[in-house]
Amino acid sequence: MTEPTLLSGRGLNLNFGELSALANVDVDLWPGEILAIVGESGSGKTTLLNVLSGRTAPDSGMVWYRDPSGHLHDVHAMPAPSLRTLHRSDWGFVHQDPRQNLRMGVSAGGNVGERLMAQGVRHYGAIRSAALDWLAQVEIDENRIDDLPRTFSGGMLQRLQIARTLVTHPRLVFMDEPTGGLDVSVQARLLDLIRSLVTRLNIAVVLVTHDIAVARLLAHRIAVMQRGRIVETGLTDQVLDDPRHPYTQLLVSSVLNA
Amino acid sequence: MKGYNFAYLDEQTKRMIRRGLLKAVAIPGHQMPLPYGWGTGGIQVTASILGADDVLKVIDQGADDTTNAVSIRRFFAGTAGVATTTATSEATVIQTRHRIPERQLREDQIIVYQVPQPEPLFRLEPSRVETKRMHGLADYGLMHVKLYEDIARFGQVSISYDYPVMVNHRYLMSPSPIPAFDNPKMDMMPALQLFGAGREKRIYAIPPWTRVKSLDFDDHPFRTINAPHPCGLCGATDSYLDEVVIDNRGSRLFVCSDTDHCAERRAAGHVGAQGFQEAAE
Repeated sequence: MTEPTLLSGRGLNLNFGELSALANVDVDLWPGEILAIVGESGSGKTTLLNVLSGRTAPDSGMVWYRDPSGHLHDVHAMPAPSLRTLHRSDWGFVHQDPRQNLRMGVSAGGNVGERLMAQGVRHYGAIRSAALDWLAQVEIDENRIDDLPRTFSGGMLQRLQIARTLVTHPRLVFMDEPTGGLDVSVQARLLDLIRSLVTRLNIAVVLVTHDIAVARLLAHRIAVMQRGRIVETGLTDQVLDDPRHPYTQLLVSSVLNA
Repeated sequence: MKGYNFAYLDEQTKRMIRRGLLKAVAIPGHQMPLPYGWGTGGIQVTASILGADDVLKVIDQGADDTTNAVSIRRFFAGTAGVATTTATSEATVIQTRHRIPERQLREDQIIVYQVPQPEPLFRLEPSRVETKRMHGLADYGLMHVKLYEDIARFGQVSISYDYPVMVNHRYLMSPSPIPAFDNPKMDMMPALQLFGAGREKRIYAIPPWTRVKSLDFDDHPFRTINAPHPCGLCGATDSYLDEVVIDNRGSRLFVCSDTDHCAERRAAGHVGAQGFQEAAE
């Protein structure tokens, strides 16, 4: 690919005491691309996500982000206000547990509208209609707009979190096990929804999952992690149909019908 | 005055509070730390800025004759020997709780607010570390979420007192529990405004002639709410009114909450509907 990358990590290392959570990891993400990071628990997937999104500083290595005007930013050298602005506008973060991201004491509409208000939108009618629009896009009934999230089911909460994150049209979204803890039919609908939304809005996604099936459905490319290292990376079909690294072969063969 | 330092507090303490006040004036609306343990915030601030020539007025809920106002006035008369007054126009320092006088304050006056809770975000964000970060980054979307929720639920912003304001386009600030009716008086006020929150250990300030804007939405602009009556005693239609139940049949009297303003108007010959009755009885 000749197009410049949206996000790049080079030589990322991070140790937690004796444990090497990241060992010399390189990552590239192009605009509009969905990259899945797979591996068993404890392999460093979530740590990598946190380092890429600037939430955890690495011991060594760099993360670069290219803003819409083409300027490169060293994510870990950015002043805190700029990084926060980035997280509130260009970027989004979808947690496994939507309760970590949502405000449970604020109505669904207020949750969706918060990022707009944080960006300085000061027109109630505009915020309201954006919230209604986004609830519809994530298939939540419009008359639930003034209900509190605690009256929502698990799948609805996750969809509300997605609406809250995407309302500002971010270019890059980090997702940490977005379908974890949901039952299988709800998972399937959610995956469908995520796929159609990110494709339509041309959002780049770094997706962490332990579920190979989720990666196969969503991702363009896959990076397989084991003990803090990326052991194999490539196009999703290539990696899953013709795994080279013994660990990847083990992962793929352990999934039924994968 | 014997046995006490001037204005009760020792000079070191007053100097420390004054230093905090000077910083607070330099960063309008920003909360400064204030050590704990010298009484309520308003009294600490007043004690620290009082000079021998000052004339002190103290109001509580707009009235000069309530217990708190009388006690604080008497306290400083006793410990500092300063002159006291109930007339807004004669005072150089006005300590207040819950109101701003109706009469426009001047450049040679200072108003000191007693503040119970200085953090405008405290009901919305439980972590003080996080609210400090939000102030540092001017990240105030959450306050608007509260306004949004009010409009979604009640059709209007339901905050009637302690209505949050932006100071100098930068800091979100609690105006202390004054009615929203008084908020516009803070904007470009000629007098220096000082805020002390003793229990919460915070001092903040608004210098004279500073922009103070009540938060709102473009399509739901800030507006003040007041009882739709004239004052029963002086007939004023532009002052903030208290509702007083006057007998066992539930009859009500609406009167100016600013007692000095009301008395001044009556002395000038203005009479409200119930004012005649009062005179007749």
